Amino acid sequence: MTTIDTLTDNRQVSRKDAGRPRPLSDRSIDPPKDAAARGARTNSAPRTASKAGNGTAGRSAWLPYLLPVTLVALWQLGSSTGLISDRIMPAPLAVFAAFWERLLSGELATNVAVSGARALAGLLIGGSIGFLLGIANGVSKFFEQLTDTTLQMLRTIPHLAMIPLVILWFGIGEEAKLFLTSLGVLFPIYLNTYHGVRNVDRDLIEMGRIYGMSGWSLFRKVIFPGALPSIFVGLRYALGIMWLTLIVSESIAANSGIGYMANTAREFMMTDVVVLSLVIYAFLGKLADVIARALERRALAWNVAYQG
Amino acid sequence: MPIGPYQSPLALISDSETDHHHQALPETPAVAQAAAPAGLRLRGIDKRFGDNHVLKGIDLDVPVGQFVAIVGKSGCGKSTLLRLLVGLDEPTGGEISFYGEGGDTIEPNARIVFQEPRLLPWISVADNVAVGLGDGVSRQTGRQEAQRALAAVQLSEKAGDWPSKLSGGQRQRVALARALVSRPGLLALDEPLGALDALTRLGMQELVTDVWRELGFTAVLVTHDVGEAVHLADRVIVLDEGRISLDLEISQSRPRRHGDPVLAELEGKLLDTILGKA
Repeated sequence: MTTIDTLTDNRQVSRKDAGRPRPLSDRSIDPPKDAAARGARTNSAPRTASKAGNGTAGRSAWLPYLLPVTLVALWQLGSSTGLISDRIMPAPLAVFAAFWERLLSGELATNVAVSGARALAGLLIGGSIGFLLGIANGVSKFFEQLTDTTLQMLRTIPHLAMIPLVILWFGIGEEAKLFLTSLGVLFPIYLNTYHGVRNVDRDLIEMGRIYGMSGWSLFRKVIFPGALPSIFVGLRYALGIMWLTLIVSESIAANSGIGYMANTAREFMMTDVVVLSLVIYAFLGKLADVIARALERRALAWNVAYQG
Repeated sequence: MPIGPYQSPLALISDSETDHHHQALPETPAVAQAAAPAGLRLRGIDKRFGDNHVLKGIDLDVPVGQFVAIVGKSGCGKSTLLRLLVGLDEPTGGEISFYGEGGDTIEPNARIVFQEPRLLPWISVADNVAVGLGDGVSRQTGRQEAQRALAAVQLSEKAGDWPSKLSGGQRQRVALARALVSRPGLLALDEPLGALDALTRLGMQELVTDVWRELGFTAVLVTHDVGEAVHLADRVIVLDEGRISLDLEISQSRPRRHGDPVLAELEGKLLDTILGKA
C-alpha cells in the first residue's frame, strides 16, 4: 500500500482543511473551530428561534421567490402594454401557452426524457472515469506519476473546442453528445476526488493502520469518507458543466431533445418556444442541484459545515 | 468538569472489587480474552533518522503491569521510543521483546493513545470505539463491546453522537475507550492529556489511574509534565539526548493527593535533573 508515501507531503494542508472543502461551495462560512464555540451556538439556537417567532420561518419560505415572481409580473405587464415587442421577447403567458401545448402533445416529455438520458449517461461515464482516476492517483504514487501530468494538460483544453473534431469522428449522432458531456464532467470530478483523497488527514490514516486496517478496509472506512466532501464539490460543479455541454451539443446537431426543440423554433421565429427551452434548462439544472445537495446533506451529516 | 465522578468508573462493569491488578473486563465469548499484560525488555535500542541519532543504546526493563512515565525535554527521543514500543517504527539497532507473567516471550496486544484523539468524524462515538476491535468482529459484538468500554470511561450516553458534538476531554476519553476495548497488554500514552485544560486533565489522570488499576495492563506514559508523571507512575525515567539519565521509583501509595510533599520533592529532583542542575 503506497497511500502513506503519497499522502505524506500534504500533512500541513490536511490538518487545516480536513473534511471541509470550500472552493466551489456556496457555504463559505467557517464552522466554529472549538467545542466551546459550538456549544455556545447550539445553546443560543432555541433562543434566537423563539425571539424571532414564526415570522422568520414564514418569511424564509416565500422570500426567495419574491424576486423571480416580481420580475415575471413586470415582464408580463411590459408585454401586455406593448412596451416589450413580441419578436424580441414573448410574454410569459405566451411561453406558458407554448408549454401547455407541447405538454399535451407529448413532445415536451419526449424531449426532456431524451435530454435527461443524455445528461445522465454522460455524467455516469465521464464521472466514473474521473472518479476512478482521482482515487487511483490519490492513493498510488505510481498512477499519479503515470497519468496526472497528462490529465492536467488535457484539462486546460476547453472541451467545447473539440466540437469540429468530434463531428469528424462521430458524425452528429448520439456518440458525439455523449463524448462531449463525458469529457466535460470528467475533469471536475477527477480533480476534486484526487484533491479529496490527497487531503485526508494523515493522522487518521496512521490510526487506521494501528488498528489493523489496510487496503480496502482502510479505503472504505477512512480514505473514501474523508474525501467525500470534496467529491461532492466536484459532482455539483460537474452537473453545471453537464447541462452546458448538452445545450451546446444539442444546438449544433440533433433531431430530438430540448436543444433541438429550441433550434427548430428559432428557424420558425417561435420565440415563445425558445424561451420555454431556456426555462426548462433552468429547472432541470436546479433539480439536479437540489438532488445533489440532498445527497450531500445525507452523506455528510457528520460534518458541522453541512448540518442544518 | 467535576472531578468527583471519576472515582471508580469500572464499578459499573466489574463484579469484583478484590484483586484490582488483574481484574479484566467481564468476558464475552465472541471476543478474544484480555491479552496478558506484557513486560518489556529493551536491549541496546538505537534509532537514527538520517544523520539524526535520536536514541543511543537504551537498555530498559519494565516488569509486567508496571506504570512507567518517560519525561524529558522536547526532542529527547521520548515519543520516538514510544512509537518503537508499539511497532509504529522499527529500531535501527537493538532488540525489543515482550514477556508475560511467567517470563515466557509473548506477542503484546499494544495500543497507543495520542495527544489528538484521532476519531473518525464520519462514524458515531460507539463505532469509533468499535474500530479498536479490528476488522474481524461482527457489528453487533462491536456495538456491545464498545458500549462496555464507553461505560468504563463514563460516556455511555454519548454512544450514538457524532464525535464533533463532544468536548475535547470527552473525545480523548473516547480515544481511551477505543484503545481499551480490545483489552491491551500494553498501553502507550503519548502526551494524551497535553491538549486538555487543567481541570479536565486532573479528571483524566484519575480515570487513567483507575482503568490501569482495574485492567492490569502495562502502561508507558510519555509526558512533558513532570508533576503528572510523578502523580501517575510507579516509576519515572528521564531521557536526555537519547540516553536514560535518571530512573526513579515512585513508591508512594495510591490514591495520591495533588500537593503531596513527598511527591513534590520527587518532582523537584526530577526537574533538576532534566534542567541539568543536579
